[in-house]
Amino acid sequence: MDIHEYQAKEILSGYGVPFGAGGLAYSPEQASYRCTEIGGEVWVVKAQIHSGARGKAGGIKVCKTEDEVWAAADELLGKKLITHQTGPQGKVCHRLYIEEGCNIDREIYLAFVLDRAAERVTVVASAEGGMEIEQLAVEKPESIVKISVEPAVGMQAFQARELAFALGLEKSQINQAVTTFLGCYRAMRDLDANMVEINPLVVTKEGKIIAVDAKMSFDDNALFRHPNISELRDKSQEDPREMRASDRGLNYVGLDGNIGCIINGAGLAMASMDMIMHAGGKPANFLDIGGGASAERTAKAFNLVLSDDKVECILVNIFAGINRCDWIAEGVVQAVKQIELKVPLVVRLSGTNVEAGRKIIKDSGLPIISADTLQEAADKAVAAWKEATGK
Amino acid sequence: MSILLDENSKVIVQGFTGQIGTFHATEMIEYGTNIVGGVTPGKGGTKHLERPVFNTVKEAVEATGANASIIFVPPPFAADSIMEAADGGIKFCVAITDGIPSQDMIRVKRYMRRYREEDKMVLTGPNCAGSISPGKCMMGIMPGHIYMPGPVGVVGRSGTLGYEAAAQMKEVGIGISSSIGIGGDPINGTGFVDHLQYFEEDPDTKAVIMIGEIGGPQEVAAAQWAKDNMSKPVIGYIAGLTAPKGTRMGHAGAIISAVGDSAAEKVEILQECGVHVVPNPASFAPVVKEVLAKVS
Repeated sequence: MDIHEYQAKEILSGYGVPFGAGGLAYSPEQASYRCTEIGGEVWVVKAQIHSGARGKAGGIKVCKTEDEVWAAADELLGKKLITHQTGPQGKVCHRLYIEEGCNIDREIYLAFVLDRAAERVTVVASAEGGMEIEQLAVEKPESIVKISVEPAVGMQAFQARELAFALGLEKSQINQAVTTFLGCYRAMRDLDANMVEINPLVVTKEGKIIAVDAKMSFDDNALFRHPNISELRDKSQEDPREMRASDRGLNYVGLDGNIGCIINGAGLAMASMDMIMHAGGKPANFLDIGGGASAERTAKAFNLVLSDDKVECILVNIFAGINRCDWIAEGVVQAVKQIELKVPLVVRLSGTNVEAGRKIIKDSGLPIISADTLQEAADKAVAAWKEATGK
Repeated sequence: MSILLDENSKVIVQGFTGQIGTFHATEMIEYGTNIVGGVTPGKGGTKHLERPVFNTVKEAVEATGANASIIFVPPPFAADSIMEAADGGIKFCVAITDGIPSQDMIRVKRYMRRYREEDKMVLTGPNCAGSISPGKCMMGIMPGHIYMPGPVGVVGRSGTLGYEAAAQMKEVGIGISSSIGIGGDPINGTGFVDHLQYFEEDPDTKAVIMIGEIGGPQEVAAAQWAKDNMSKPVIGYIAGLTAPKGTRMGHAGAIISAVGDSAAEKVEILQECGVHVVPNPASFAPVVKEVLAKVS
């Protein structure tokens, strides 16, 4: 789960990470009021969306007067921002964070990530901040410093010091940096975060260290023990279809093709999508309905897939292990009758009770196209889609 | 022969008396797995499915001589149960539980480093469908009847995709020595390399199918390991050619987040390492058949 910059800053400042003064705004009036509250002469108006690279998309504006702040807030609120991370559909900005400006002397990149290969937390930093890590890895790989944290004891002060010196910080800044690094690590460990990224961590002309941006992402599987973190979820930043699915215990990812997929198991779902591609079609979604798929769940899955109006054909592919093909078949038949399906439907059943399942589909009298194998299922789905749409 | 589990496996079920544990324990008993008892803290001394229930893994191992365990404990408590199994003297453990926090798994992996290599428990999963040596022992939630005994080892992340491969092979009369599920989580007990090594050492396995997916460095590392260390052919498939970057595809670990994570990149490296890559998930059987024909 991702959270907003202002939320991450609130959490991390509790762990001793230094930030500039700032405040949240939901309206231009509130934004200009924040200026008075914060004081100073320069303010930064920052769009709060779940994405990096906001600056390039025009989501960050430096202002010198309250009027400028008002105008910037008026422009950004309700605006759809498109970055390479949001995809072409973009994300709408509903909240702003107004922050005091600072005199930047140098910028540092800092991130704490869950390293899958090392199976521990790895700290990644670079003295060349302000760029994204992907860009750094390509353009200045020699500037990247990595530190591996031993999980039994956690990050040690000497590691934080080593890092601070490696980044070329001045003597007077070392202690501030160590506090910052250890604070980020403790927040990550205590709250089951997958990632903490400070980009940039700034050294000001006055020699102070300030985290100018902050991003945190949390392990969904651990949210059960962090109810205060779960509360930070902002549904307006999620794809509405994916959100509806996750609220119903289904695993859905919207894509841009036309063949809707209803499949059990994540691996088989990905494989079926690959098969559709091979057969010359494009999948409209990833949908794993899980192992114990009931008739009710199947009906929900149909509604979900059809809520995407690009869907012009549906493929159901079930390999029944724990569940049974006859239950799934009944679910499919019920769902099709209920929603008066208007697009072609291909159903492939395999595994436990497959004969009974196929019989139910056949006897239903509904125009359901049956398939026996994965190959056949993909071929028939693509053919049915082509026939129905003339594409 | 087979790897890790066979007719000599004495299996206990952790989370035995719960609804899910009961359902699958019943299925495994029907398949012929030697389930010798179970563990549910607080229910020790009672009987369940005509088998003894114990409070702790240590008691269960002492009383039954169990050497294997399958875990159905809910996610908040599962990491703890895995460590209990390791400490209780279990040699092979299957963690079915889906949804264990990553940091808990980091702790489990760190904890298991305290054992000497020869005493160390082999953990598969979490978030897997389990493992099976057809005709001998099933420790998992798969439909046992689609697996036929034979010369091909299977190791994969996904449950249902593993079923698909097994069913396709049964269709053409190719059987399986053991099928191992390593699970779809970012951090798992053992990975592809471990099981390729076990299959390489198993005299009855003639070829190995590796079923991977997007995300993480494991498939590539395994292919490189196989190139240098394996005499047996490896057949590979990577699911998720159509997956977009940065989006989690069902499995917690199935996310393209770094260079080398995508299916296309993995396939390329697999091929460079001499792995026979299955062009699409409907053609496991023909590729395996062709490879086997060259071996024998």
